[in-house]
Amino acid sequence: MSKPDQAGTARRAVLRALVYLSLILATVVVLLPLGVVVLTSLKTEKEMADDSGALTFPDDPLNFHNYVTAFQDGRMLSAFGNTAIILVFAIAGTVLIGSMTAYAIDRFTFRFRKLVVALFLLAALVPGVTTQVATFQIVNGFGMFDTLWAPIALYMGTDIVSIYIFLQFVRSIPISLDEAARLDGANSFTIYRKVIFPLLKPAVATVVIVKGITVYNDFYIPFLYLPSQDLGVISTSLFRFKGPFGAQWQTISAGAVLVILPTLIVFLALQKYIYNGFMRGATR
Amino acid sequence: MTDTAEKAALGRPTSDPPAASAPRRRWTWRSLTPWLFLIAPLALLITFTYVPMVNMVAYSFTDWDGVSPELHYTGAGNYTELFTRPELFEVFFVSGYYLAASAVQIVAALYFATVLSFNVRFRSLFKGVLFFPYLINGVAIAFVFLYFFQDGGTLDSILALVGYHSDRAWLGTPVSANVSLAGVSVWRYLGLNFVLFLGAIQSIPGELYEAAELDGANRWHQFRHIIAPGIKPVLTLTVILSVSGSLSAFEIPYIMTGGATGTETFVIQTVKLAFQFNKTGLASAAAVVLLLIILAVTWLQRRLVPDDRVDLV
Repeated sequence: MSKPDQAGTARRAVLRALVYLSLILATVVVLLPLGVVVLTSLKTEKEMADDSGALTFPDDPLNFHNYVTAFQDGRMLSAFGNTAIILVFAIAGTVLIGSMTAYAIDRFTFRFRKLVVALFLLAALVPGVTTQVATFQIVNGFGMFDTLWAPIALYMGTDIVSIYIFLQFVRSIPISLDEAARLDGANSFTIYRKVIFPLLKPAVATVVIVKGITVYNDFYIPFLYLPSQDLGVISTSLFRFKGPFGAQWQTISAGAVLVILPTLIVFLALQKYIYNGFMRGATR
Repeated sequence: MTDTAEKAALGRPTSDPPAASAPRRRWTWRSLTPWLFLIAPLALLITFTYVPMVNMVAYSFTDWDGVSPELHYTGAGNYTELFTRPELFEVFFVSGYYLAASAVQIVAALYFATVLSFNVRFRSLFKGVLFFPYLINGVAIAFVFLYFFQDGGTLDSILALVGYHSDRAWLGTPVSANVSLAGVSVWRYLGLNFVLFLGAIQSIPGELYEAAELDGANRWHQFRHIIAPGIKPVLTLTVILSVSGSLSAFEIPYIMTGGATGTETFVIQTVKLAFQFNKTGLASAAAVVLLLIILAVTWLQRRLVPDDRVDLV
C-alpha cells in the first residue's frame, strides 16, 4: 500500500515543480525584455559603442544622463502636459455621459429604449480603427483636426465599456431610494445628481482607472489627429524618438522607461481596482 | 448641459398652467425626461460612429481623395481593386499570424489562470507580473522589442549566453518578422485574457470543487468538468476579442516596422491609403470590408455559442 502512495506523492511533486517552473519562466519572459531596457537606459554612448552585448551592466547604475536627454530633447514635459489635459476632459466627459446613459437606460421605460441600447451595443462591435477614415472627415469638418479637442471628443463618444460599468452599479442601487426622493418632490435630474451619482463613486473610480490607462496608452488617435510637434502626447512624443535618436538605444530606452514608470507606479498602488476594472470592462 | 437641464427642470413647475391641461402636460414632460439624459451620449455616438459608418460606405463607391471638392461615383470599382490587386489583399494573410498567435495566447492564458486558481505560493506576484504588460504603453513596448530583436540586442545576447550565435535578422524577412511581431502581441495581450479567465474561474462556487474532491476527482477532472463549463462565456468573449484584435492589428507592426518587409496589416494599409496616398474612396472600401469581416465573425461566434449575457436591456 505504501508503494502506490509514494509513487503518487512523487508524481505530484514533479507536477508541482513543473508548474512553478512554468510560472518562473513566464516571469522571466515578461521581465527580461523590460529589465534589459532599464540597463540600456543607464549606459553611456561609449558603453553602447563597445558593443559588449545587451545583458551587461552599466558602469554607473546612477547615470541618469539619458533620462535628462530624453525628457528635454524628447519634449516629454509638453507631452505629459497635453496628455494630462486630454485625460481630465476625456475622463470627466466619459463619467458624465456614461452615468447619464446608464441612469436613463436603467431607471426609465420609454419608447425606443431597446433601439438606444442596440445602438450602443452595435457601436461596441465596430472597432474605431475601421471607421477612422470617415471619422477623420467629420472631425476635420468641425475644425478640430490638430487640436486637443479631437482626441477629447473621440474619447468621450461611444465608450460602451464605461456605460456598462455604470449600468452594473446603477442596477445595484435600490429603486426605493429614487421613489423616496421623488416623494420629497425631487425631479429626475435632482435624483440623478443627489442620490444616484454620489452612490456611483466606486464606478467612477473604476472608470477613471480603466479610461485613464487606455487614454494614456493610446497611440492611434493622437497619431492621426495631433500631427503638430507641440501637440505631442506621451505616445506620439515617444514615437518621434525614432527619428533624431534613431540609433541611440540608450536614449530611446530612457524614453520608454519614462513612459512605463507612471504606469508601474499606478499599478502597484491600485492593483485590486485595476484587475476589477478591466474584468468588468471586458466582460460585456 | 448641466445648467440648462437644471434651469429647465426648476422652471417647469412654476410655469405649469393649472386645471385640466396639467395631467397631459405633466405626462408629456415626464416622457421626455430620459431623452434629456441621452442627448449628449446619443449626439456623440451618432456623430462619431454612425455618421462616419454611413459616410464610409458612401465614400467606398467613389474615387474621392479626401481633400478636393470633386468626387466621382465609381460603382464597385474600389472593391474590385481590393480583391484583384495582390498588394492590396495580401494583408489578409498577415492577419493569419496574429490569429495563430491569438490561439497560443488563449491556451497559455487558460493554463496560467487554471494553475493560479489553485493554491500556489506567491500567487499575487505571478498574477501581477503576467498582467502588467497589458498596461504598458504600446509605443514603449514597440521600442522594448525593437531593441530585443535588433542585431546584438536582448534576444541575440540571451542566445549567445547559451552558446548559440545567430546572425539572423529577426525583423528582416517576412515570415520571421511577422512571427516576431505576433510574438510581441502575445507578450502584450496575454495578461488581459489571463485576468479574465482567472476572474471567471474564481467566481465558480467552491462547493463544486469540494464535492468533486470527495468523488476523487483530480486536477484534470476538475478542469474538464468544473472549470471549462464555468468559463465558457468568457472564452467566447475572448475569442471574439482575439479575432477582432487580430484583424485590427496596427500599433505594434506600424511602430516597429512601418508595415515593411511584408508586415503590413489591414489597418496599416487603410491608414496609408487614406492619409498618405489620398485615396479615401479606396481606403473606405478597405475599411468596410474589414468591418464586415469583424461583424460576420462576431455574429457567427454568437450563433455557434449562444450566450444570454447581453443583459443590457
